[in-house]
Amino acid sequence: MSAPERLPAIDNGLLRFLTCGSVDDGKSTLIGRLLYDTKTILADTLHAITRTSERRGLETVDLSLLTDGLQAEREQGITIDVAYRYFTTGRRKYIIADAPGHEQYTRNMFTAASTANLAIILIDARKGVLTQTRRHSYLAHLLGIPHIVVAINKMDLVDFDQATYERIRGEYREFAATLGIGDVSFIPLSALDGDMIVDRGARLDWYQGPTLLDILEDAPGAHSERDEPFRFPVQFVCRPQKSGNPKLHDYRGFMGRVESGEIGVGDEVWVLPSEKRTRIKAIEVHGHSLPRAIPEQSVTLLLEDEIDVSRGDMIVRAEESALVTRRIETMLCWLDETPLDPQRKYLIRQTTRETRAVIESIVYRLDINSLLQKPAERLEMNDIARVCFRLAQPLCVDTYVANRSTGAFIVIDETANSTVGAGMII
Amino acid sequence: MSTLALHQRATLSHLDWLEAESIHILREVAGQCANPTLLFSGGKDSLVLLRLAEKAFRPGRFPFPLLNIDTGHNYDEVIDFRDSRACQLNERLIVRSVEDSMRRGTVVLKSPGESRNKHQSVTLLEAIAEFGFDCCIGGARRDEEKARAKERIFSFRDEFGQWDPKNQRPELWDLFNARVHKGENIRAFPISNWTELDVWQYIEREKLALPSIYFAHKRQVVRKNGLLQPVTELTPARAGDVVEELTVRFRTVGDITCTAPVLSDADTVARIIEETAITTITERGETRLDDQTSEASMEQRKKEGYF
Repeated sequence: MSAPERLPAIDNGLLRFLTCGSVDDGKSTLIGRLLYDTKTILADTLHAITRTSERRGLETVDLSLLTDGLQAEREQGITIDVAYRYFTTGRRKYIIADAPGHEQYTRNMFTAASTANLAIILIDARKGVLTQTRRHSYLAHLLGIPHIVVAINKMDLVDFDQATYERIRGEYREFAATLGIGDVSFIPLSALDGDMIVDRGARLDWYQGPTLLDILEDAPGAHSERDEPFRFPVQFVCRPQKSGNPKLHDYRGFMGRVESGEIGVGDEVWVLPSEKRTRIKAIEVHGHSLPRAIPEQSVTLLLEDEIDVSRGDMIVRAEESALVTRRIETMLCWLDETPLDPQRKYLIRQTTRETRAVIESIVYRLDINSLLQKPAERLEMNDIARVCFRLAQPLCVDTYVANRSTGAFIVIDETANSTVGAGMII
Repeated sequence: MSTLALHQRATLSHLDWLEAESIHILREVAGQCANPTLLFSGGKDSLVLLRLAEKAFRPGRFPFPLLNIDTGHNYDEVIDFRDSRACQLNERLIVRSVEDSMRRGTVVLKSPGESRNKHQSVTLLEAIAEFGFDCCIGGARRDEEKARAKERIFSFRDEFGQWDPKNQRPELWDLFNARVHKGENIRAFPISNWTELDVWQYIEREKLALPSIYFAHKRQVVRKNGLLQPVTELTPARAGDVVEELTVRFRTVGDITCTAPVLSDADTVARIIEETAITTITERGETRLDDQTSEASMEQRKKEGYF
């Protein structure tokens, strides 16, 4: 065997990012190009899309075929749901959420954006900033994606003209400022030919910035940029007293994932919503003891005192409590074909907690194109609105801006069991 | 943006992140479902699932039994491995076989030697009904095949076991919805976000034992349509076939009649990782004789309740 070509040498962890743009912006081509140029496309896959390209009478291989997954979409020639793609560069693993751009699929972009730490917003260099560009940017911002990359694509169709790029950049900046979007990078590229994706190409010499892949390689990972309070929603309680092992008779492990912040053995903690106080006795994973736990790590916590803790409770660091509340103000996106009915009760799931909820008021509906606030009696699929809920049981929350885990929730229709809404606590 | 603080806080390596996400998913299944089961075949992906379940639930026992749908077309090494692993872990293993479904008449073969991969769906649905399982945990990954790229981590199946790509629950953040009515169920895929390379790297890191056929060994094979067909009792050489003894290994272990080995002298996990990192053929394309029929064949089978 020859030496491995792409084994992770330095592990820069994992980055989840999102691509947004319409079919015409070349989004699928961009993703195809990233996979192709990082050598992630394998021979039989390439062979299959080459055959399909030929069948459709195309002269070159259509890289967008790589990301068009389902039969129905292939027939319609459009992407209709969120698809996930993977590649690795040897330094970092990437998860791409590929969300479609049509207006009626706001909910898909919402879904894709919820887990992303960076968004690539595609603009067709011939068309500039469009309504949908504004919509995508607003949604990315609303969903709290900290890094936005505006990719001005199809530079090959405007003769790689720097003035066109500068004009679009200026236009976007102006609009981004009105939304309060701070961190934006801009990059000119041609997804079709590959300029500035992984390789610089020879036709964009006037652009001195990093390539798209360079931006991705250096983008900060989730939770790496600021100190966050410790949040540990309890998922499952481990009580193995029946195992026959006398040492485990009094074992009570509280299992969950650190949603944010860090905790160490000996630290004083509060259990919400009861606000009982104790200390961390041990942090374990599969029989190993750890001195600390860091964000996104799944661990088992053992507590000094025997206090009542169950699934749905949240362990926080003393003096860093979350808000325990029976009323939440939210920005809500309605995801279901059946409209929101303000008379009905719904279930809200936030962290590992679930409670019945009633709608106190729909403050306004946001017109996603004009970003104007409008009155609303009910909400249709893809509507975004400011909604207040009253809750049967208290939730332990932070604002979404402060914490993307404890500030997020989904709405479940108890009759159909379907997930009908998703929201962020203000 | 201040770039000073970048990467100063501790973050997880990609493998640690994947592991933590999978543990989180397994614990959500345990927390939300009344009667889940974990599908365990003895194959590498399901062995990874078992290690993740240990990390998720030890020192307790798993809050679910293991379930194997036996096609009767398995290599003995894999079946032996399946049984011994379940025994080592001291967890309950339920086996239901396609052959029982054939005797009941619920599975009817078109030809006696055909692949039983698609017939597993019937036996699986029968087992789900028999035990009243509301969730089956499986080792499918989104990188395996195009149709899987849009699969949810918690994937809803109606009472016919059908997957409807247009009727899937939106999945946001790490908030999963496993609620079902009686008769319906959820398929939960804790390693959705893993690639084949991730799986092998994890096997190496965790020093997981695997059935011997994953490693290079000598085997009699016939070359067919660019793939190697093993010569077995179920797939004997036919007149005119040229039987060769080659050094091969399996990348997936499934129904003998449709799982092809690849030429390889990789006899350790480390050497398999080297090969996987530079391989040019996707896992399913290289080794699944039944996926080649059409680009959409997996999607078709999933609609029919295939795992």
